[in-house]
Amino acid sequence: MSEPLLKVENLKKYFPVKRGIIEALRKVPVRYVRAVDGISFEIKRGEVLGLIGESGCGKTTAGRTVLRLIEPTAGRIVFDGTDITALSREELRPFRRRMQIIFQDPYSSLSPRMKIGDAIAHPLLVHGLAEKEEAKEIALKMLRRVGLTPEEEFYDRYPHHLSGGQRQRVVIARAMVLKPEFVVADEAVSMIDVSMRASILELLESFREEYNMSQLFITHDIAVGKLIADRIVVMYLGKIVEIGPTEEVLKNPAHPYTRALIQAVPSIARRKREKKLRITGEVPNAVNIPSGCRFHPRCPLADELCREREPELVEVGHNHFVACHHPLR
Amino acid sequence: MLLEVKNLSVYYYTLSGVVKGAEGISFSVREGEWITFVGESGSGKSTVAHAVMNLVPSPGRIVSGEVLFNGRNLLKLPGEELRKIRGKEMTMIFQDPMTSLDPLRTVGDQMVEAMTVHGVDEAEAKRKAKELLEGVNLPGDRFNYYPHQLSGGQRQRVSIAIAMAFRPKLLIADEPTTALDVIVQDSIMDILNGMKEEGTSIYFVTHDISLAVERSDRIAVMYAGKLVEVGTVDQIVENPLHPYTKALIEAVPDLWKEGKVRAIPGYPPDLRSPPSGCRFHPRCPYAKAGLCDTEEPDFREVERGHFVACHFPGVWRK
Amino acid sequence: MRLIDYIINPLRGRKPGRGLLLFGTSVVLTVIIMALLAPWISPYNPTQIGADIFAPPSSKHLMGTNNLGQDVFSRIIWGSRIILYVVAIATTLSIIVGVPLGLLSGYRGGKVDRTLSMIMDSIYSFPSLILAIVIAVVLGPSPVNTAIAIAFVYVPTYFRMVRGQTLSLKNQLFVEAARAIGVKDWETMRKYILPNVLPTVLVVFTLSVADAILTEAGLSFLGLSVTPPTPDWGYDLRVGQPFLLDGYWWLAFFPGIMIMLLAMGFAMIGEAINERLSLGTR
Repeated sequence: MSEPLLKVENLKKYFPVKRGIIEALRKVPVRYVRAVDGISFEIKRGEVLGLIGESGCGKTTAGRTVLRLIEPTAGRIVFDGTDITALSREELRPFRRRMQIIFQDPYSSLSPRMKIGDAIAHPLLVHGLAEKEEAKEIALKMLRRVGLTPEEEFYDRYPHHLSGGQRQRVVIARAMVLKPEFVVADEAVSMIDVSMRASILELLESFREEYNMSQLFITHDIAVGKLIADRIVVMYLGKIVEIGPTEEVLKNPAHPYTRALIQAVPSIARRKREKKLRITGEVPNAVNIPSGCRFHPRCPLADELCREREPELVEVGHNHFVACHHPLR
Repeated sequence: MLLEVKNLSVYYYTLSGVVKGAEGISFSVREGEWITFVGESGSGKSTVAHAVMNLVPSPGRIVSGEVLFNGRNLLKLPGEELRKIRGKEMTMIFQDPMTSLDPLRTVGDQMVEAMTVHGVDEAEAKRKAKELLEGVNLPGDRFNYYPHQLSGGQRQRVSIAIAMAFRPKLLIADEPTTALDVIVQDSIMDILNGMKEEGTSIYFVTHDISLAVERSDRIAVMYAGKLVEVGTVDQIVENPLHPYTKALIEAVPDLWKEGKVRAIPGYPPDLRSPPSGCRFHPRCPYAKAGLCDTEEPDFREVERGHFVACHFPGVWRK
Repeated sequence: MRLIDYIINPLRGRKPGRGLLLFGTSVVLTVIIMALLAPWISPYNPTQIGADIFAPPSSKHLMGTNNLGQDVFSRIIWGSRIILYVVAIATTLSIIVGVPLGLLSGYRGGKVDRTLSMIMDSIYSFPSLILAIVIAVVLGPSPVNTAIAIAFVYVPTYFRMVRGQTLSLKNQLFVEAARAIGVKDWETMRKYILPNVLPTVLVVFTLSVADAILTEAGLSFLGLSVTPPTPDWGYDLRVGQPFLLDGYWWLAFFPGIMIMLLAMGFAMIGEAINERLSLGTR
């Protein structure tokens, strides 16, 4: 088996909770939000890993920590054989070219006062990959490539002239101009109209083929995950609860939470859905994490064991792992 | 008929020109039915919903049309009478519940006030508020919470609870689940469904057609400020007649559908200068030059209860 | 949008703030032209003492003459040079110092931010005119020193505004995107944050120029700016003031009204741009 492009081992990110003045004076210990609490996964070259979960599960923090846009509390991030966990900002810069991020909100991810052409050309200048004129040429080609034509006209426009979908194309162009080997797409389509999602996903897919690019595709919508991901990771409260090939996870979800996520997705093809496993409530606060299995307060199958012992990831099928005491079969 | 909208047009008078937000919209809502308006952003679906409440935000103006609610034209009603109807007989919830909740007052306070302004006495209002919170599956102690102490889903439940205080005849829900996760979305949809079963008509607005199919009775599709197709869910899903409706259905990522999704090429037009003829013709694969680009199709009934505005309805089947 | 568009755009067509802007720019432009063309348009030598003292406004002396027989109109024209000169140096200086410090403080945060903020806040909390007087006294009376005194007083205004904006901008995704691209810190500040702060700097600039004009006039009113007989609006206002009671109103009236008009002109430009900005960039 070939060496994975990205290897994440036991990654943790805790954020301290701000204490009030009175609490600080009374020496109340600092509490932590355990946003990401020990996750491990690998991504092969050209592979798309879909990271699925509800808001508050830590998926966004995970994506940023992997790129070291947020400093990890513990764990190791190995990119193409190099441990990048402890690299200095200067040492990290060459890696910045090779890994990129696409954000959820196309409105705030572009500077309102930078021409979109310049926004796309700038990364090339930053990494010394092209001189000014050449960078402009490449940016123009990129605009055409992402479907913003006539490209000369779009080059000089400012973000507020563009619709959400068009802006997201600019954001993608800016990330792709560096020909990254790995990209984190953080809810890249969730703020875009459903009717436009497919075309954005197609665009990402075409770049994956062209650059043999790996992706960590973060989304709360498992239906989007199905379209783009080779494998799916489901996260709940900072932990991975299930991981496996997309087909397998969607057909035979082993974790009750995964099953609930799948059932909650509206579908045209299956209008009258069966809802065997109902889960209620919302993701609890990551400061007060439940004992045992973190999902047990919402789980219809929970028993004494679930309340007491935290389940480990175990293999239930080929490359299919689940952390549950009572996996569904 | 509970609600009848006739030939409604809403324009926005902005600095950069007149935006024709909605034009010539006619439809009706029956008692106890769930109708869903579907469209991309800028299609006018939210504009129409606001116009029905006679709550079009500035610089928008209702330039023509009638909104008949139980036979009375809301657009002609004096402010005082309109106020009596709004909040009591018809009410609205929004995508971001924070816009309708006061951040400085407790949830309970606001619920009680919503009722006392319509003449309910305070003790009764308090009792009812707690009952309503339970009705949307929130524990009674949330009564004393401030909006920021609640999650997005819980806030939306609170705004539904407030909306339901008087068992309105019509509830307009403008993308109430767009900012929420799927599981929470699902439970909000269930709550709305419960309201429908108790007799409230639901007027639901969304950009996601897959959300419409399970619980709605009818679907209305809007494009570029125009109503392009209206029909029962079965008619729309099994037998869409407008190319846009068909494209919209095929563009949605669906867990249970095999094969690829198909993106709709192009972008919605600028409503300051909408395309001539059929507004969808620049993006339509079936458009015929000389007809679709010059002549605007009529909105007509092609089978019982199934309306469409297209020169070649269902042409791909022939 | 280019910075200049914030001024030019509202002038086209019927847009909010157009009246304000039209008035403001025409006053300011008139004064600037007056200053540039002073040698050619001034009818008399402004320092020439004449026998014709306290002459009321007439066709010969449009604004009359003062106690020394100098032509008030000529002094107004030449006086515009001093006030614009001082104010231009002062605001340029305070922008050059205040804006980069604000950027640095807001972007870096931590100790740098705390130290800078404390210094700036202590300057800011001092009554500005008194502070300027103290500095002007210490440095000695001269237009350049006046400018330095005024600049010192207005640095915190720019600093606080830029720092505040930077703090909120730095949490925007495009700044994080710049980091993900690998842009160096100073370049992030210069290319990604600064352009977004500039429109507001422009507003603060026009508003603080208006204020600086009054401060300059105040300092020279107190005799802390130019040395006589150099024509200067503030100085002339002071000299003319005692004669008001004798009915020689034109000595103080014209310098006074010019100071007010110029200050108002800048303030109106600032207001108009501000109105435009708060409408958002459409």
